[in-house]
Amino acid sequence: MLSYAVRRLLGAIPTLLVILTITFFLVRLAPGGPFDGERTLPAEIERNLAAVYHLDEPLPMQYLRYLGQVAQGDFGPSFKYKDFSVTQLIWSGFPVSLQLGGTAMLLAVVIGTALGAFAALRQNSGLDHAVMGTAMVGIAVPNFVIAPLLTLVLGVHLGLLPTGGWGTWQQMLLPVVALALPQIAYIARMTRASMIELLRSNFIRTARAKGLPERVTILRHALKGALLPVVSYLGPATAAVITGSVVIEQIFGIPGIGRYFVQGALNRDYTLVMGVVIFYGVLIILFNLIVDLAYGLLDPRVRYD
Amino acid sequence: MRNLRKLLACAGLALALAATTSASLHAEVVLKRGNGAEPESLDPAISTGVPESFIQMDIFEGLVHPGPDGTLRPGVAESWEISDDGLTYTFKLRPDAVWSDGTPLTAGDFVYSWSRMVDPATASNYAFILWPITNAERITKGEVPKEQIGAQAVDDRTLKVTLRSPTPYFLQMLMHHSAYPVPKQAIEKFGREWTRPGNIVSNGAYMIQEWVPQGHIKAVKNPRFRDAAEVGIDTVFYYPVEEYGTELKQFRAGELHTTYDVPQEQIPMLEKDMAGQFRNSPYFGTYYYGINVTREPFKSNVRLRHALAMALDRDILVKQITKGGEIPAYGWVPPGVPGYEQQQVEWAGTDQKARVAEAKKILAEAGFDKGNPLKVELLYNTNDNHKKIAIAVAGMWKQFLGIETTLRNEEWKVYLESRNKKQFEVMRAAWIGDYVDPYSFLELLRGDIGEQNPAGYANPEYDATADKATAETDPAARFGLLAEAERMVLADMPIIPIYFYSQQHMVSDKVKGWQDNLMDWHPTRYLSLE
Repeated sequence: MLSYAVRRLLGAIPTLLVILTITFFLVRLAPGGPFDGERTLPAEIERNLAAVYHLDEPLPMQYLRYLGQVAQGDFGPSFKYKDFSVTQLIWSGFPVSLQLGGTAMLLAVVIGTALGAFAALRQNSGLDHAVMGTAMVGIAVPNFVIAPLLTLVLGVHLGLLPTGGWGTWQQMLLPVVALALPQIAYIARMTRASMIELLRSNFIRTARAKGLPERVTILRHALKGALLPVVSYLGPATAAVITGSVVIEQIFGIPGIGRYFVQGALNRDYTLVMGVVIFYGVLIILFNLIVDLAYGLLDPRVRYD
Repeated sequence: MRNLRKLLACAGLALALAATTSASLHAEVVLKRGNGAEPESLDPAISTGVPESFIQMDIFEGLVHPGPDGTLRPGVAESWEISDDGLTYTFKLRPDAVWSDGTPLTAGDFVYSWSRMVDPATASNYAFILWPITNAERITKGEVPKEQIGAQAVDDRTLKVTLRSPTPYFLQMLMHHSAYPVPKQAIEKFGREWTRPGNIVSNGAYMIQEWVPQGHIKAVKNPRFRDAAEVGIDTVFYYPVEEYGTELKQFRAGELHTTYDVPQEQIPMLEKDMAGQFRNSPYFGTYYYGINVTREPFKSNVRLRHALAMALDRDILVKQITKGGEIPAYGWVPPGVPGYEQQQVEWAGTDQKARVAEAKKILAEAGFDKGNPLKVELLYNTNDNHKKIAIAVAGMWKQFLGIETTLRNEEWKVYLESRNKKQFEVMRAAWIGDYVDPYSFLELLRGDIGEQNPAGYANPEYDATADKATAETDPAARFGLLAEAERMVLADMPIIPIYFYSQQHMVSDKVKGWQDNLMDWHPTRYLSLE
């Protein structure tokens, strides 16, 4: 398994290189430069800025310079947030995004699987319809609608929870819930579907016929098997939640990494965009690898040799 | 007698106890400010935006600084003398001027800070603010070494500054963050990271204690600040909240004492339901449309440009569309500059009907009619308000003059490129003055200013008048010349003024000392919390 993991990680290097190269040239194709603003700068000031940030060099030279920097783990200085390097910005935002996304995913897995299993066991009952109906709403209503509603009701009108900021558990509650809700819905629907399929399968019938207690049949056999599709979904979902919580971070004023991506692109902050894209790339590759390894642990048929 | 002694002793003890307890019970006064965007930098030579300038205004102090009403007050300089020709300024620095690390702040610090600001190696976007100082522009261009800047420390307390031409707004400009002193000792020690908590040394009423990017900046009172005893707020938090809706919710939930702005669409609700905490006042800015005067049909037909301007019912635009208390604009320089007489287009006095009739006549004379309508492309950057205004303007042009307008929306940076390359016919734009002086607006329309000139306007007579004003040392005569220049612009109409800005904030009723002012400056040191 270790050699498999190492092979996968080495195989990711060309992928990252392709991502880096495409992003490097694409981001420079966008009209407007990092230092354009309402006030147009005198030509000599633009020249000085370009010289300091090496933007006056030919593009291939800039590319090679950047490649050399990245190989040493340095993403360069941010063009917009000039007091920080891109690496510093990523490391200041990532723990927050990880905490936010990780907690939301944990909540989603626990509640989502419980709800899904619950609905599957009472298939076609009123409760099943209620859970699935709610899940459908959870999937259909986007974050940017749920989050302001939650803050308006629980924060502004009832004054129970803070509407923004980060640091205390009270501040975490609303964004985590807002981020988790669609995931809870997805996971619940997925668990329900695969559990219903498994409950009808032969090995469950055999287990029941052998007189295995229902609780053991459900928990050990049906639910474990039903979790497989959920697990394979978790990798990309976790990566997406951690990297894609930009809306939630914006609404709640959370100092995570997601905001940098959007702002980097809007500000033509080349190095920031590049740094975040590469970082996201690494995250997605890592999470997929973790899921593949976890899959092997859950399903004995899968082996990595 | 013994009892009396005992009683006195007890009373003394009680008083002493009460004093200690009240001292220890003195609660920390914390102000929480919504501050717009995440600061680009806290280095006054590097940053360009308003959010960072609000923080810098609290942590640094220039030779002069804005009072609670935004007007100029002595800062690090306790007095100054200006030579008769207006070319030499001699500042006397306060003897107690000191950095937050205890190092005395001297005239040499200003020489260092300004030469660093204009040094090409610093690559400051706003270096040009200091260009009125002798040689400053040449240093930025790399023509002379930075040591030749026209600022000289005569002794620790005397700073002599020479200007390349009389610049009557020079003192106003010194309130700009570009002119703040920066600590040589910290910059040489920490390099680019000198602005970080723990490294930063400043000379204002506050000192940076924490900086969580995208989270908050925390500043605490600087005990070494000369007026520390007068500073009422102990700690100030600046939150970068870019979503004005989110900011308003945080304000309503009591998590912010002041906001950076308010959502435009909620202004009517705020005026009605939160009138006591909603602040709305004039701001030193003009919202306008620029006409590309380097292209036909507008290049050679001034009257056609006027027709476009005349057809706009500005009262409707500010009352029905923007609804933020803006003032309809018929001139280029916003009102409020002390001593300057505001200028207006000639037809400002006529009513809207007469203007439309005149505009129709102009269009007909130019050969445009129903069969051959004038076609205009209107460029604006992505923003709901700009869009609403553009739609309304297109509607007015269509309804009153039969003009067919195509709207072109571009993302901010794309729009800036189109604008700079003059790839537009008519475009929306805005300008906020850097200092309270008409020249902060009029400079923009000089033919020699390059891309910054929004419409490609070039009138040698205008430039000559502006030059004369720059050389004029008598304030009244200078304003007269600037007014003349403004009248020229309004007659040539390369820009269509639409409205003068207003600024909106939510200010908690617990906050005292907040005074509305034209530049929207509200240093924390003048505020207090109830």
